[in-house]
Amino acid sequence: MKQFIVRRVGYSLLSLFLLSVTIFLFVRVTGDPTTLLVEPGASPEDIENMRQQFGLDRPIWVQYWLFATSFVTGDLGQSFYYRTPVLELYFQRLPNSLQLAAVAMVLSLLIGIPSGILAAVRVGGFWDSAGKTFSLLGLSLPQFWVGLVLILFFSVYLGWLPSSGSGGILHLLMPAFTLGWYFAAAHMRLTRSSMLEVLDSEYVKLARLKGLPEALVIGKHALKNALIPVITLAGINLVVMINVAVVVETVFAWPGIGRLLYEGITFRDFPVVQCVVVLGGSMIIVVNLLVDILYAYIDPRIRLES
Amino acid sequence: MTVTTTPLAAAAAAPAARTLKLWRLEGFPLIPALILLFIAFVAIFADFLAPYDPQIGSLARRFRPPAWEAGGSMAHLLGTDHVGRDVLSRLIFGARVSMVVGLTAVLVAGGIGTLLGILSGYLGGWVDQVIMRVVDAWLALPALTFAIFLAAIVGPSELNIIVILGGVYWTRYARVVRGEVLSLKQREFVRLAVVAGCSKALIMRRHILPNVINSAIVLATLMLGVVIVTEASLSFLGVGVPPPKPAWGLMMADGKKGLMVGYWWLTVFPGICIMLMVLSANLLGDWLRVKLDPQLRQL
Amino acid sequence: MANKLLSLENLSAHYVSQQGTRVVRAVDEVTLSLDAGETLGIVGESGSGKSTLALTILRLLPKAARIVGGRIMFEGEDLVDKPEAEMRRVRGKRIAMILQDPMASLNPLFTIGDQVGEPLRVHEGASRSSAWQRAIDLIKSVRIASPQTRVAQFPHEMSGGMRQRIVGAIGMSCEPRLLIADEPTTSLDLTIQAQYLDLLRELQRAHGLALIFITHNLGIVAKMCDQLAVMYAGRVVEQGPVSRVFSRPLHPYTKALLGSIPRMTEEREQLTAIDGQPPDLANLPAGCSFAARCPAAFARCQVEAPPAFTVEPGRSARCWLVAPAVHASIDQTIPLSRSAAS
Repeated sequence: MKQFIVRRVGYSLLSLFLLSVTIFLFVRVTGDPTTLLVEPGASPEDIENMRQQFGLDRPIWVQYWLFATSFVTGDLGQSFYYRTPVLELYFQRLPNSLQLAAVAMVLSLLIGIPSGILAAVRVGGFWDSAGKTFSLLGLSLPQFWVGLVLILFFSVYLGWLPSSGSGGILHLLMPAFTLGWYFAAAHMRLTRSSMLEVLDSEYVKLARLKGLPEALVIGKHALKNALIPVITLAGINLVVMINVAVVVETVFAWPGIGRLLYEGITFRDFPVVQCVVVLGGSMIIVVNLLVDILYAYIDPRIRLES
Repeated sequence: MTVTTTPLAAAAAAPAARTLKLWRLEGFPLIPALILLFIAFVAIFADFLAPYDPQIGSLARRFRPPAWEAGGSMAHLLGTDHVGRDVLSRLIFGARVSMVVGLTAVLVAGGIGTLLGILSGYLGGWVDQVIMRVVDAWLALPALTFAIFLAAIVGPSELNIIVILGGVYWTRYARVVRGEVLSLKQREFVRLAVVAGCSKALIMRRHILPNVINSAIVLATLMLGVVIVTEASLSFLGVGVPPPKPAWGLMMADGKKGLMVGYWWLTVFPGICIMLMVLSANLLGDWLRVKLDPQLRQL
Repeated sequence: MANKLLSLENLSAHYVSQQGTRVVRAVDEVTLSLDAGETLGIVGESGSGKSTLALTILRLLPKAARIVGGRIMFEGEDLVDKPEAEMRRVRGKRIAMILQDPMASLNPLFTIGDQVGEPLRVHEGASRSSAWQRAIDLIKSVRIASPQTRVAQFPHEMSGGMRQRIVGAIGMSCEPRLLIADEPTTSLDLTIQAQYLDLLRELQRAHGLALIFITHNLGIVAKMCDQLAVMYAGRVVEQGPVSRVFSRPLHPYTKALLGSIPRMTEEREQLTAIDGQPPDLANLPAGCSFAARCPAAFARCQVEAPPAFTVEPGRSARCWLVAPAVHASIDQTIPLSRSAAS
């Protein structure tokens, strides 16, 4: 087990490294650092200062070293627009995104898991077809369209829900639903296929042969096994949700990091963009690591394998 | 060398022949296929089909509703936008943008991904390690975020978007193709070719490639929907295909301004177009996946 | 008939395709019976319907299949029409079943104790703690050392032989009257097989258990079983006491099966295999299903399927060759060569 953890952590560190290299290279090599890293309208002295600071005239590995160390020490630059350290901005907004993602995740699981189970247990029946349709729509409709249509209905026509900003529950409903919609479909799909596989297994057959009531067969024997991959995916998806919420947060003007990213690209505030992307990717790598380790604890097969 | 490889090449060619005459197979999703063909048709003949120039509008005629609503007219069947441009014409030309960007990006991603997947899977060793580690690291970043990042750096233009989307999505191809190649490596005809002394490049080109084409095609159809949604999202956020070129996502972003006062047609129509195209691509891809290669069911 | 534990009368179970066009006669007109404490061996090749028969008795057929005729008389009750809720009280409690692959039969996420005690909690309302205690006793009864430790372990921590004993313990937990074992030793090592069979015999004697042993291995039948039923293409083609069937097989299929076993005492140049393939159960031929592969087939065999003829009390075979009036029949004198029937 220890070996497994060490290996897995090493692997994540490598991924983090590669990610940072990628981001670094893209900025330095394909973009034009002088325009990206300095505010628009900066004076020649400012530009010169920036060149010094980032070592733009020095060898590339020195530049990378400067880049990496600045990140590790927490200096991700300053936002041109807000004139505050980017990291500060990020952590200011992060709780809002977390809140949105959490609610969206709960919604997606509440919708996705039961419908997946129902579709599997009643394979080929009405619920299965309904589920398949739902999953197709969920995975095909772009988020911003779902969001805009919801606004059209609930804000413009019915006037029930506010169309933007954050505040109470009412503000949270539509964005959370829009964000969760796609993932509900994904979770439903996975629950269904996982459940079908498990229902076909020998131990479920034996559970029936033991004369267990069907509710126990499905609720105890089948479910726990079937949900393992779903929970794993959900854990990772929570963090993915935070990062892909950029569209939803823009449509609903929700003040999270997605909206921060949007502001960054609209106002050409590159340090903000870079920060959101780097932290976003790192977050996902770390969560993947944690989920893998947690998985190893839960599944007794792996736990004792060392 | 030719004598020994010809029968093997014939054996390898057989699976590719299976892909012909698809529409005769049962369960063929006719409507989605027709929709896609229709969109392609519209995209190609946009110049002849659109009643107006999509980029020129008259401020006097802004925010006209569709023909069947009060205030609308047959002159602008689906209404006009905030600068008076005809929505129908913009939708038609937008089809061209979506088709071109979507198909090209998928081809680019598919090309790079298949190539690297084959190299990675067949050559193994450090090539495999390097490619796969990069793939894993890149896959950690959600496609949209990555695309936004790249668009922020290189600036938006139609060509840039295609390259960006290709650069973001190749990783998914590489993974799948590599898996296929790994199992192909164990098959008899490949081993025979190795024993016969064929060069690695030859084997990869004549034996491996034709056999992974099936999966690549299935993945391509599935990816088309995803790519189009991403492109629309990028346009919506303002970093996609730049104005005044009509992109459906961009139309929806513009339309948002009028949404609160009830100008619904600017949002709903482009949305329907995107939805139809993506749904059709997904249905076609799902069907293809089941028909062409049962191994891909877990995709 | 009254004191038979289990009596199957003309039992048939068919798979019907969704459109109703394809009918697979997986189990066809099976008539068998079993006394308390007896062991019945059901022998046949893969696809002969023996596993389906077991699932039919327990009314656990997959959705596509259903019982189309016959009765399952168990302890005087007909199981065919029993409502599902009552059937569940039969399964695991009065009739238990052991499956072939012990690793797959045990749920990897629950402890051995939990899985062994489960039937007790469900059928006898035992509390968690008492079920756990009884699980320990049950594990001991299947001759597994240190039951205290084993009870808290997970399936993957045990060897294949041990797991199969656990599956046996699960089966025995509610002291059923009948235990159906579907190829329980097929996935075990040879050395373990013998031990396991001894265990089953011991359990049988201790509990007065009736045993149905489904296998393709005639050696096991010889060791374990009192009665034998040979199945082919969904039908029972011969049945009777094991010693009688072995010493004097009536049906050509049985003869071929027995003849294909190499024996140390014989001097034979070649193993005799049975030519041909079992028939497609969806397209059974009009006459006897074995006719195409039968060395003794004649005209009538192709045309009419033979019923089961009782040769002695408790001994029958589905073959025209044992029909009482056959000797007087005209068709009988024209034997067909095998090659014409491929």
